[in-house]
Amino acid sequence: MTRDGSAPEGKRGRTVDSAGDMSFSGRLSAWLLRGGQLLPDGAVSGPVHPLLRLFSRWVRRPLLPALRLWRRNIQLRVVATTLLMSLAVVLLLGVVVVGQVRNGLLTAKAQAAQSQAVGGFSVAQKMADGADDTRPDEGARTGNRGTQDSATWLTGLVEQLASGGQGVFSVVALSSDSDEPFGDSSPGTRGPRASGDVDPERSVPADLRRKLDTKAGTFRQYTQIKRIGSDDGVSALIIGKRLNDANSNQYQLYYLFPFTQEEESLKLVTGTLATAGVFVVILLGAIAWLVVRQVVTPVRMAAGISERLAAGLLQERMKVTGEDDIARLGESFNKMAQNLQVKIQQLEELSRMQRRFVSDVSHELRTPLTTVRMAADVIHDARDEFDPATARSAELLWGQLDRFESLLAELLEISRFDAGAAALEAEPVDLRDVVHRVIEGAEPLAERKGTRIVVRGAEQPVIAEADPRRVERVLRNLVVNAVEHGEGRDVVVRLASAGGKSGGAVAVAVRDYGVGLKPGEATRVFNRFWRADPARARTTGGTGLGLSIAVEDARLHGGWLQAWGEPGGGSQFRLTLPRTAGETLRGSPIPLEPEDSRRHRGLDETGQPRAGAGRKASTIPVQARAAQAGDAASPVPEPKVARPEADPTALPGSGARVVPQTGGVRGEAAARGDSARTDEPVRGGGAEQEAGQGVEREGGLRGH
Amino acid sequence: MKGRVLVVDDDTALAEMLGIVLRGEGFEPSFVSDGDKALAAFRETKPDLVLLDLMLPGRDGIEVCRLIRAESGVPIVMLTAKSDTVDVVVGLESGADDYIVKPFKPKELVARIRARLRRSEEPTPEQLAIGDLVIDVAGHSVKRDGQSIALTPLEFDLLVALARKPWQVFTREVLLEQVWGYRHAADTRLVNVHVQRLRSKVEKDPERPEIVVTVRGVGYKAGPS
Repeated sequence: MTRDGSAPEGKRGRTVDSAGDMSFSGRLSAWLLRGGQLLPDGAVSGPVHPLLRLFSRWVRRPLLPALRLWRRNIQLRVVATTLLMSLAVVLLLGVVVVGQVRNGLLTAKAQAAQSQAVGGFSVAQKMADGADDTRPDEGARTGNRGTQDSATWLTGLVEQLASGGQGVFSVVALSSDSDEPFGDSSPGTRGPRASGDVDPERSVPADLRRKLDTKAGTFRQYTQIKRIGSDDGVSALIIGKRLNDANSNQYQLYYLFPFTQEEESLKLVTGTLATAGVFVVILLGAIAWLVVRQVVTPVRMAAGISERLAAGLLQERMKVTGEDDIARLGESFNKMAQNLQVKIQQLEELSRMQRRFVSDVSHELRTPLTTVRMAADVIHDARDEFDPATARSAELLWGQLDRFESLLAELLEISRFDAGAAALEAEPVDLRDVVHRVIEGAEPLAERKGTRIVVRGAEQPVIAEADPRRVERVLRNLVVNAVEHGEGRDVVVRLASAGGKSGGAVAVAVRDYGVGLKPGEATRVFNRFWRADPARARTTGGTGLGLSIAVEDARLHGGWLQAWGEPGGGSQFRLTLPRTAGETLRGSPIPLEPEDSRRHRGLDETGQPRAGAGRKASTIPVQARAAQAGDAASPVPEPKVARPEADPTALPGSGARVVPQTGGVRGEAAARGDSARTDEPVRGGGAEQEAGQGVEREGGLRGH
Repeated sequence: MKGRVLVVDDDTALAEMLGIVLRGEGFEPSFVSDGDKALAAFRETKPDLVLLDLMLPGRDGIEVCRLIRAESGVPIVMLTAKSDTVDVVVGLESGADDYIVKPFKPKELVARIRARLRRSEEPTPEQLAIGDLVIDVAGHSVKRDGQSIALTPLEFDLLVALARKPWQVFTREVLLEQVWGYRHAADTRLVNVHVQRLRSKVEKDPERPEIVVTVRGVGYKAGPS
């Protein structure tokens, strides 16, 4: 192609698609772009890929329903597979049978032809001999009458030989010398002769003729017979021999046996086989369809019924007929459904009984307790008139009744959870109100303990769909716990919400700076009646069920209640609730580990600066970080707290090792504490220093 | 001060204890232990307040409550051992003004009773209008087009509280404090149930209230007068 010539003249860049001359095509496309002309169709190979993709999508789209049907319908698959496989078998069988029949026909034909030809050759030989001897037989006489002209004799011979095999074979005679011009078949010359309308020149292959010229004997070959005036050939077997005529001139005599009959037979056999094959394939497909249907129908029925069972319609059963495998499937399925129904009913009954029992016990216990309570109150009010021992007894009776009452209430509450009888009554609640109510309630206790309760993140509404009574109970528990275990230090209640219109979460974290939690305790605090140190005297008289109930309350909301703590570093309990009831939580707006934890400040367990990070961290004022943490403006749930990480053993900085403190560190920590104490309720190093010692002294106590 | 209290309770020990406490506070208690006899005793003693246990032999407390409410607006305080949702709500819907869960402290009980009785002590002549209703506070009557509507004292208090400040939206907590006399936030279902009962009496179409309007997410307010 004359690319260099045509393109610069340039009209269209049809040659650009050839990747041969890059610099040239680059120049060309630049020129085209500069000229503002659109690239001609197919000029650039770039757009082909999207087009291909579009095409493949366009092809695939109508196929998709079919593919889905294929994947979902076992009957279709089995029938299609059966059809394909039986088709393959039938085809193979057909090919083999047709091949066998063809071979058999050909062999029989060849044998018959051979004997026919040999007979003919000997007749021809005899006739030639007889003409020599001038025997008075018919052939000789005919020859004599034709003035012994070998041409006439040959014609007669061909006619005579061919007369015996009208339609079965044809005879061709060719003079042996090949330099004689062909095509002239007039009886006057020694041209080729043929019986019927066989074209002798085109029907006899040249190589066979040469073979006869050079060698004596009988030869045969498969060829095509050509009729005069027609190009269509007929398959045939040709047998030839070189003979001498009456004048001892050599000539070639051929017998041509067309396979007309054999081909017809073969066609008949093939047609029959094809018809039979098609029938067999169709029948097999139909049989497969029927058979699969027999199996698939009950399976589909079973699937449908088990779906309905799963949906809660426990009385659904399969229809069972007969005694076959399908019937057994149905029977065992029904048995399973029956057992399932019985078990579920038993469980429901049990649950109902449990609830009933709890309700009854509740009533039966509460009525006498009310009487006792009132009596104790009356006695308590009148204790001034008693002698000291009785007065003290009245006080003890009065005080312990409180404890007994709350224990009973919590026991009943938790058994309601266990019985699944707890119901959520969610409504939009501003958690700030709840927190304020809780703090108001905890204020007397906090005053006794000398604790200040600080609220952060209450600048904006923190609204969630929740059960206010339950949330208040949880938060009251957390705040009272924090105050009780906070060693008189401040308690920080932090509120935050995050998320858009859907999938949002709100969180309340209660942070204390008390004895904290030992590793592993962060999960155990939620166990029923769990106590960090059973030997430690109880001062506040918790029941040991509060946090268990709180966890159940959180769970009822679809929320989380998690704990974090470090020995001597205080603890943080975080309640996370979905903003919309029933939604799944993906994260919490407040990290479980507070930002003023030792690890985040680069300190080790004892409050000492950690190697590397320590120096810098210790210069940062504690309150700055805490204030930052208190700012709830960061509305993005942190992915790192997406999963509950309630086990503080996984966190460095909460290890069990408590290293005795040295004097130097004490000074440094105190200095840091001073800087923090300016206006910040969150006390840093100084507090931890004491707490660090405190851990060994008294251990943590949790499980209010 | 009026202080006749009818105690309907089958537990004799509790009834006796209640009697001791109530007498100590200056009330005049009378007792009945059978639900079937409760109504007769009520008619006979004409109490200023009924303390009603929910679980009773014979007629149960709910039924008794309904019967008393059918003929009188006297305050009814339920004693219940079940704080489960359904029981309390059923009790409130059958006409009880308030409930108190066993075990309760005597002071709590007395405070509740006082709160229910308090209202009748300070009549101030006052005329209020809310929607097409005319409220005579001193005369304890609510009229629409001259037809008076019978309300229980509690329902009346609720309506008056709303009608006095028609510009204000009352949260359930505020209503609990003003109408029921709870110092601390208690069960807001009390408010919900009684607003429903009030609406069923004063609204033309309780499904589309015009007198007591719900402010979603906040509480209730009086409709435009």
